[in-house]
Amino acid sequence: MKVELAVNGGRQIVDVEPRKTLLDCLREDLGLTGTHAGCEHGICGACTVLLDDEPTRACMIFAVQADGYEITTIEGIAPAPGELSVIQDAFCEAHGMQCGYCTPGMVLTAKALLRHKPQPSRQDIVEAISGNVCRCTGYGQIVEAIALAAERLAGANTPEGGK
Amino acid sequence: MTSAPPNRWRYVSANRRVREDRRFVVGRGQFAADVKAADTVHVALVPSAYPAARLLSIDPGKALAMPGVHYVLAGEELAAATEPLMNGLDTPEVRRYPLAVRQARYVGEWVAAVVGDTRALAEDAAECVEVNYDPLPFVLDAEEALRPEAPIVHPAHGSNILLDRTFVWGEVERDFAESPRQLSFRVVWGRSATVPVETFGVTASWDPWREVLDVWASIQMPKYSDQIARALRLPASVVRVHQDVDVGGSYGVKRGIKHTVLCAYLTRRLGRAVRLIEDRLENMRAGDAHGPDRIFDVAVAFSADGVVKSMKIHALDNAGAYAGRAPFQLGKPVGAIVGPYRIQSVEYRARSVTTNKAVQEAVRGFGQAPTNYAIETAIDKVAAALGLDRIEVRRRNFIRKEEFPYLIPSGTRYDSGDYHTVAAKVLDHVDWPAMQEERDRLRQSGRLAGIGVAACLEPSGGNSSFEPLLNPKNTTTTWMESCRIHVDALGHIVATVNTTSAGQGHETLVATVIGEVLEIDPDGIRVVRPDSLESLPSNSPVGSRMAIMLGGAAYNAAQKLKARLIAIGARQFGVGDEAIVYADGGVTTATGGRRLTWLDLVTIAHRNWHLLPPGSEPGLETSHVYQVPTGGTLPTPDGRVQMYPCHSFEFHVVLMTIDPDLGAPKIHRYAIGHDCGTVINPHIVKGMTLGGIAHGIGAALFEEFVYDDEGQMITQTFMDYLLPSSLEVPRIEVVHHCTPSPFTVFGQKGSGESGYLGAPAAVASAINDALQPLGIAVSKLPIRIAALGDTIAAARSSLKL
Repeated sequence: MKVELAVNGGRQIVDVEPRKTLLDCLREDLGLTGTHAGCEHGICGACTVLLDDEPTRACMIFAVQADGYEITTIEGIAPAPGELSVIQDAFCEAHGMQCGYCTPGMVLTAKALLRHKPQPSRQDIVEAISGNVCRCTGYGQIVEAIALAAERLAGANTPEGGK
Repeated sequence: MTSAPPNRWRYVSANRRVREDRRFVVGRGQFAADVKAADTVHVALVPSAYPAARLLSIDPGKALAMPGVHYVLAGEELAAATEPLMNGLDTPEVRRYPLAVRQARYVGEWVAAVVGDTRALAEDAAECVEVNYDPLPFVLDAEEALRPEAPIVHPAHGSNILLDRTFVWGEVERDFAESPRQLSFRVVWGRSATVPVETFGVTASWDPWREVLDVWASIQMPKYSDQIARALRLPASVVRVHQDVDVGGSYGVKRGIKHTVLCAYLTRRLGRAVRLIEDRLENMRAGDAHGPDRIFDVAVAFSADGVVKSMKIHALDNAGAYAGRAPFQLGKPVGAIVGPYRIQSVEYRARSVTTNKAVQEAVRGFGQAPTNYAIETAIDKVAAALGLDRIEVRRRNFIRKEEFPYLIPSGTRYDSGDYHTVAAKVLDHVDWPAMQEERDRLRQSGRLAGIGVAACLEPSGGNSSFEPLLNPKNTTTTWMESCRIHVDALGHIVATVNTTSAGQGHETLVATVIGEVLEIDPDGIRVVRPDSLESLPSNSPVGSRMAIMLGGAAYNAAQKLKARLIAIGARQFGVGDEAIVYADGGVTTATGGRRLTWLDLVTIAHRNWHLLPPGSEPGLETSHVYQVPTGGTLPTPDGRVQMYPCHSFEFHVVLMTIDPDLGAPKIHRYAIGHDCGTVINPHIVKGMTLGGIAHGIGAALFEEFVYDDEGQMITQTFMDYLLPSSLEVPRIEVVHHCTPSPFTVFGQKGSGESGYLGAPAAVASAINDALQPLGIAVSKLPIRIAALGDTIAAARSSLKL
């Protein structure tokens, strides 16, 4: 069936089976492969996207259910080609990743956290990413990256990441 | 080539960014599932419903009748067209193919593969394949598998024993007889694995006109293209593995050779690209990526003052249904069988048995984490038996820094270390007396509280000496790694990594090392990954080896390049090479005067044959294939061998409490003293250390592939197989120390495994310290909350607390 999805500021019509998840639709129909499949049962958070700015597991909703939401994927975060958002740059600065597979979900979860809590405590950060599994880092440098992003955003006195 | 002098680095050890990170934070990695090959069809799998069953018939009729379904492949067709998958042991009757052949040997084992236009369609069709089973007796437990009446997993092999080898190094019986004290115990390491967030995935595409088999895979595997070629009876020169695929975590396990052979056969059979991306269920139950599942029976002989004289370790590993890499994971620990201790004699019995569980693959540390858990438990028990302090007993047994290089009984010479200092630094850092007071205060408040300590030795620089050790027909004595450097006519540098990476930062490593040698900003150096047909020899990032091996290859290739630049300069100045001073990419003579810049030298190399030293090749390219330092010899008949070249050291200290009612453990503080020699990139080493500890906490407290009595795996999802989240992994304090290795180019050692090798032992030690007032101890990992709660309740009840 046809559905119109609002993704990263644009609108796209896709023709999908009703049983197709938003994750598969983003990857296969829209070519947005930055959203990753990890467990496909709602635990690991690798498929996290933002729906109306809230972190959502794209493996747990059907594409047709996403109609009416503003969908943000990792491809919608960088302000310009070759230019990183503040959060993305902080992840690079702190090396808040290794293999990079959970990273898009972590960056989007961090973005949502910092929108709600611009000055999060360590515990706030730990709780916010507790639904995103990382097997490489033990989370330490991810927590550092998000704290660093918060600090820089506070210093910049601009909206998160410029967009 | 000589080692560079210490403490004079520009880029090595500097706090520089990891260049790979930029593509990942924008979602532009290229993972296996992101690869789009033209005209692709998709595979889904039919899993065995039984732990052991004859396959009486497989009826694909209903599946093949579905529109968009192209093929159903069963085991006999595939086995007739391929060679069995390699396992490395000399066990020719234990044959393993991607699909079960006439008999299934564990629940989930693939009995058929269905090919459809989409993965969803192939899954639908897989459910319509009708398999007629004749269930057979099965065995799940390793000790049961040894009994004469046990069902034999591979009847043609004649028993369930894949490996049974006893090594005796030194005068074990004499040392036991002469020691005034002895104790023995059993510890059990439960079956877990590193379980990357990305499952294994592969696309294979056969081009019959070019005769090329293209493979894109989430792979971390030595000799991968050779093994594909061998299994398919093809020349390796037609197998093109694309090594620029990013691997979404591996830590050893991403070795989907059976997936690859299956897809490669299908693409040749069907003439279309064939893709198999495991779903999580397939990954957990039949990805053949489980880790060690091991029982240790340990005896130690020691003096009244706690000096351990001798040790007997009998390890029995439950390999699962096929050999996989399980037996060899009993072999690598031989290279550090005494840990960091001066134990003078050791008896080691290594047994590996088949059962009706899934197959093991290499897991971080390759058997060293379970072995270290056994060794550290022994030291804790010696201290307890004598009423001595656990730290003091370790101090009395540590190898002393002046004793390096130190030869252990099993034939490995440890390169360097300063164990007493590392332990002292971390104990100072945590304020050891204050930590003990904190534990006692927690106990007085009604909680169970304990401090765990564990030392840990991390053999690094991955060699394959365990293969000839356990299989005399194998004569491998090199496990090389390579790097090629090309400078183009405009002076830009391109260097190669000849394997895949799974987050280890190899591109950053190579650029840093070459920049260091050539005194050029690493950020300007491009690092690429040729496909396997264009690559130099590699053995992939296994065994904490790449800082040593890829770093060593890049260093030597850069030194060769520098030597060429110096020779060009010498020719222009009419002096000998030794009169040239190389600095910042240019050359002058020792007496000063005119300088030739990088671009001057490059231009001569590329354009001015008449100015080149006689006998030179034009252009500017060097490569180096690096042999493992200290490697090169076969084991002695009594099983002594230099296993790995370098030995990092860590000392873990952890303060924990256990809720006495729920059994829930909590980590209050975790500190690690860490010495991996010269650090090349501090961010990378830190990440490896913290990530390894998180894995170790998982193995100690949460993660286990559990089978029920019917042979069904009951922890198949992340709701049952529990992964540590950010709430379970505490902030970890790292205390650094640097004892350079004398055997490597910068003094670097490996750091990929240390956290995982020590954390399980440290956590177990803390829990047993917490339980000690109740008079109980746990001896099996993982220490799951429910079991711990029950154990505590029973103990309190008997103590009437």
